[in-house]
Amino acid sequence: MNYIKLSWRNLWRNRRRTLITVASIFFGVVLSTLMSSMMNGTYQNMIDMMVKISTGYIQVQDPSFGESRSVNDVFYPQPELIESIDKTEEVTVVAKRLESFALFSSGADTRGGAVIGIEPQYDTLTSNLRNWVSEGSFLESGGKGVLVTSNIARSLNLGVNDTIIVISQGYRGVTSAGLFPVTGIIEFSTPQMNNLGVFMDVGAAQELFHADSMVTSLMIMVSDYTHVNRISRKIKDLAPGLSVKDWTELNPDLVNFIEGDRSSGNLMIGILYMVIGFGILGTIIMMVAERKKELAVMTAVGMRKYKLSLMFFIETLLIGLIGVISGFAASIPLIGYFVNNPIRLPGDMAEAYLQYGFDPYMFFSAAPSVFINQAIIIFVIAMAISLYPVLKVKKCL
Amino acid sequence: MQVLELKNLVKIYNDSEVKVKAVDNVNLTFEQGEFTAIVGPSGSGKTTLLNLIGGLDASTEGEIIINGTNIGKLKPWELINFRLFNIGFVFQAYNLIPVMTARENVEFIMQLQGVEKKKREKRSMEILSAVGLAERANSRPAKLSGGQQQRVAVARALSTKPKFILADEPTANLDSKSAESLLEIMEKLNKDENITFIFSTHDARVVAKARRVITVEDGHVVSDIKVETDIKS
Repeated sequence: MNYIKLSWRNLWRNRRRTLITVASIFFGVVLSTLMSSMMNGTYQNMIDMMVKISTGYIQVQDPSFGESRSVNDVFYPQPELIESIDKTEEVTVVAKRLESFALFSSGADTRGGAVIGIEPQYDTLTSNLRNWVSEGSFLESGGKGVLVTSNIARSLNLGVNDTIIVISQGYRGVTSAGLFPVTGIIEFSTPQMNNLGVFMDVGAAQELFHADSMVTSLMIMVSDYTHVNRISRKIKDLAPGLSVKDWTELNPDLVNFIEGDRSSGNLMIGILYMVIGFGILGTIIMMVAERKKELAVMTAVGMRKYKLSLMFFIETLLIGLIGVISGFAASIPLIGYFVNNPIRLPGDMAEAYLQYGFDPYMFFSAAPSVFINQAIIIFVIAMAISLYPVLKVKKCL
Repeated sequence: MQVLELKNLVKIYNDSEVKVKAVDNVNLTFEQGEFTAIVGPSGSGKTTLLNLIGGLDASTEGEIIINGTNIGKLKPWELINFRLFNIGFVFQAYNLIPVMTARENVEFIMQLQGVEKKKREKRSMEILSAVGLAERANSRPAKLSGGQQQRVAVARALSTKPKFILADEPTANLDSKSAESLLEIMEKLNKDENITFIFSTHDARVVAKARRVITVEDGHVVSDIKVETDIKS
């Protein structure tokens, strides 16, 4: 009889006890996968939202721009550079951006905000701003129109087809001002984002700031954000003399928020796994205690102790496996449902998310890592617990 | 041919404040094919002596030499291997592995020895037939009577044709019919396979079948009688 078969039969000697242990693992796995999925999904959504609308996954900038945020620290993006970045594996798009600050005026009202020059033709691959246009229409490539975020539009009493005055300091101190027709109003789901300012074609922004053909950044999107580091390194080689930053460097507040939130989530998951661990340990202690005589007999008739240890290790692992597999069987459809139907956060929590500029939803992720990590953790717990019978078996006979 | 020699064997238990000399300077030899009963009152040291011979316990002094090997000098894992290939055990409480069928219990030691599956299956069925349990080969111990379980234990001990079998009170938990039947089986196997049997027992039926009776009292061998009677006669 092989050891797996023997261990399997041993496991079901006390069916009720094994089922209770499996149930503790089952609930632990369901809760921890759900929690892990929710954390990953929500963070992914935050990253997607912030990164797509504001920075992109990677940016190429003038080295001084990060500190100064000044329109004086612009650079001329060589077509060869754009082409070579565009050809880099996993880069989906390279888009020019020219950003600065300005005063917006209409009638007697004035507001401050950001002017963001974008390439409208790449919008669907980058910020997807057209999804947030609540009135009017999206920008045209090479056009003079602008999109105004809703709070700015409201405070300036602006509507579609009105004219907005933009006043700022241009490249190298030149005074810049312009009149722009409002083609659309943007209404983001988060109030903070609605205070942002205006979006216009990058050509119009270059004209406004007297920064012909210059950009403050090249915004780069990639197909898998987890590979950003690797792609970023490749781009650094292509852009000597320029600064290449990934989304974590461009959004330190977001990273801090996620890390802080993840720590408390991981603490909860850690407590869950401690409960699971002690559940398995309790079962294994009982299994060893009630079989001391049998173990002595097995050793007496010639079974080497490492084989007994192996048998207990397999038993521990099998308990873990049954719990994990049944836990996955329950959590996969649940997660599948929540991926398509994110949960809206209630009251204060929603407010807190909105203040940070995030969608007030709990999003879920079905990434393989959510499940693989749980399996690895259970395996490690089983390995650690199997040390107990190994030590006990050493003492028998 | 001599298979076992005990030289100046002493076992002292120091567990409590009082030292107990369970085995006191025992010197014995056993020949191949002997059918020996070790008798004596409770606490006389029979089981301790058997445990020392089987390497289940370590002696305080003296030597145990089995087929020329001093088992006191073996490392723990060497001792386990030595037992595996040389000694069969039959315990008072049967001690079958409850999650295995009768046949799997019999095959267990052969499997530990690395005997290939076909040979194991053939031998286990042979030996189960010899103890009259071929039809119960696929039953687990819980489904067998005490006598049947002890017969499976004997079959397990005999399956690998060890040099000798140590049986600690094998009939103690059996009714007289089962005990008689078990003894007959062991006698037959002793004769057919020339395997040495050493029993510790209180049971007069075992003593009556034995061809050598060693009496132990307070850890001493007080008598060692060879019964020169052929089993057949």
